[in-house]
Amino acid sequence: MNTNVTIAGVTFQNPVMTASGTFASGLEYSEFVDLNRLGAVVTKGVASVPWPGNPTPRVAETYGGMLNAIGLQNPGVDVFLERDLPYLKQFDTRVIVNVCGHSLEEYLDVVNKLADADVDMLEINVSCPNVREGGIAFGQDPKALFTVTEAVKKAAAQPVIMKLSPNVTDIKEMARAAEEAGADAISLINTFTAMKIDIDKRRFVLANKTGGLSGPAIKPIAVRMVYEAAHAVKIPVIGMGGIATAEDAIEFIMAGATAVAVGAMNFHDPAVTIKVAEGIEAFMQSRNIPDLDSIRGCV
Amino acid sequence: MTKEMQTANVIRQECIADGIYSMWIATSIANTAVPGQFISVYINDASKLLPRPISICETGEDRLRIVYRIAGEGTRQLASYHSGDPVTILGPLGNGFPLSDEDAILIGGGIGIPPMLSLAKALTGKKEIVLGYRSELFLQDELASCGNVSVATEDGSSGTSGTVMDVLQTGTVSGKVIYACGPLPMLRAVKQYALDHNIPAWISMEERMACGIGACLGCVCASTEQDPHSLVFNKRVCKDGPVFNAKEVDLT
Repeated sequence: MNTNVTIAGVTFQNPVMTASGTFASGLEYSEFVDLNRLGAVVTKGVASVPWPGNPTPRVAETYGGMLNAIGLQNPGVDVFLERDLPYLKQFDTRVIVNVCGHSLEEYLDVVNKLADADVDMLEINVSCPNVREGGIAFGQDPKALFTVTEAVKKAAAQPVIMKLSPNVTDIKEMARAAEEAGADAISLINTFTAMKIDIDKRRFVLANKTGGLSGPAIKPIAVRMVYEAAHAVKIPVIGMGGIATAEDAIEFIMAGATAVAVGAMNFHDPAVTIKVAEGIEAFMQSRNIPDLDSIRGCV
Repeated sequence: MTKEMQTANVIRQECIADGIYSMWIATSIANTAVPGQFISVYINDASKLLPRPISICETGEDRLRIVYRIAGEGTRQLASYHSGDPVTILGPLGNGFPLSDEDAILIGGGIGIPPMLSLAKALTGKKEIVLGYRSELFLQDELASCGNVSVATEDGSSGTSGTVMDVLQTGTVSGKVIYACGPLPMLRAVKQYALDHNIPAWISMEERMACGIGACLGCVCASTEQDPHSLVFNKRVCKDGPVFNAKEVDLT
């Protein structure tokens, strides 16, 4: 039995990754998870300079899910390279750095600073719903997405994954724009722009008014969008959105995903990633599935 | 890997004041917890994703006690658990209070009172304990066995009419270090009092949390200096706190 998957020439020991923003840069989870057993750690978004993020409250629970409006707080690429990356490199797992920016120049600044770094892939966040400039703006217009993807690809030393927003009319169009501009892979979905109101206080629950909805509540929509995207492009798709169990992850793989990422459920159970990875192995074993290629996109 | 979620059992639970519940849980977490730390408590309901961060009120061998207020549907369900029921928890989390053997003033406001009990039991010096309530008292008898308790109630039904600050303003309470947990306006006033009297103050903060382990950055509070972890003026309440030196945090 072989759980390996390969994306743009990079081989992962299993298909389970962490969704950006839900796993910091791994350190906090090392008390709960053997990082050596993950397919990849996808870092929280890294910007060219430290970002303070949004005011609190930044998180709220919703039925089967949660809203967040962290606003991509991060210490910036210099500290990431000095502190967080060396920590992650102690482990036998792939490192994918999520890159965020307010402008094309800021994305390129981070991509350039990462060029000599020992990271396996870059994931470009063009889909964060919680920052005013950049972020989602690049991920909701196929022309803007094409421009960012093309420019990042020219500058990047590592293979490039474009992380797509579900807050679009046609995910297939966005997937094709990324592919045509040269992306090596796409990942989806980021969170849905959403809102919660405190009816006693007659106020928004989040200081940012809106936040991104994640968690099991969004999984069926995520599976549909991954299916559509995977059938619209030839490049690999990393599927995510509400994955809580190995069975959820297998749904995404059967929808056409090459790999999967676990997000909000890390906040429920810090060891969920390993349980998903072990569960996929058990599923394959019990059904005599030799490798994930034999079930990928089988529906 | 040293920590994991564990399914523990409720030893017993009782309502100790209107909407305030006291639950003893059988768990080894008790043996490593220090005063001021908290646990994540999961609700036995898959629609509720996030754990409830609840301060540890006191500990015994292989058992700990939480005292919490019903704040919503999740804590309402928690309040229905009976002796023997499973309860999934994670911890201990957060940093805890630095212990001192000097004369101490402990200040608890409302649902900020419970962590003061384990702290009061751990502190070896003389203790002045100031407790603020809306109306109905709880834990005051247990705290009275650890030090000299003064009570303030907003409706004037017991002790000083008003808040803990009204007790402090009378000048009858003194000490060399302050420990406080309670609502933000109280912490703000305690910080000012500590600055005015040049006394170090350790305050326990509260914020909406998701992960509880320092990863999601949901529960940050403003810091007065640039934080070495975040490189911005933010600290994580769950990981860098919940206890902070009052001078470290910007409560304005």
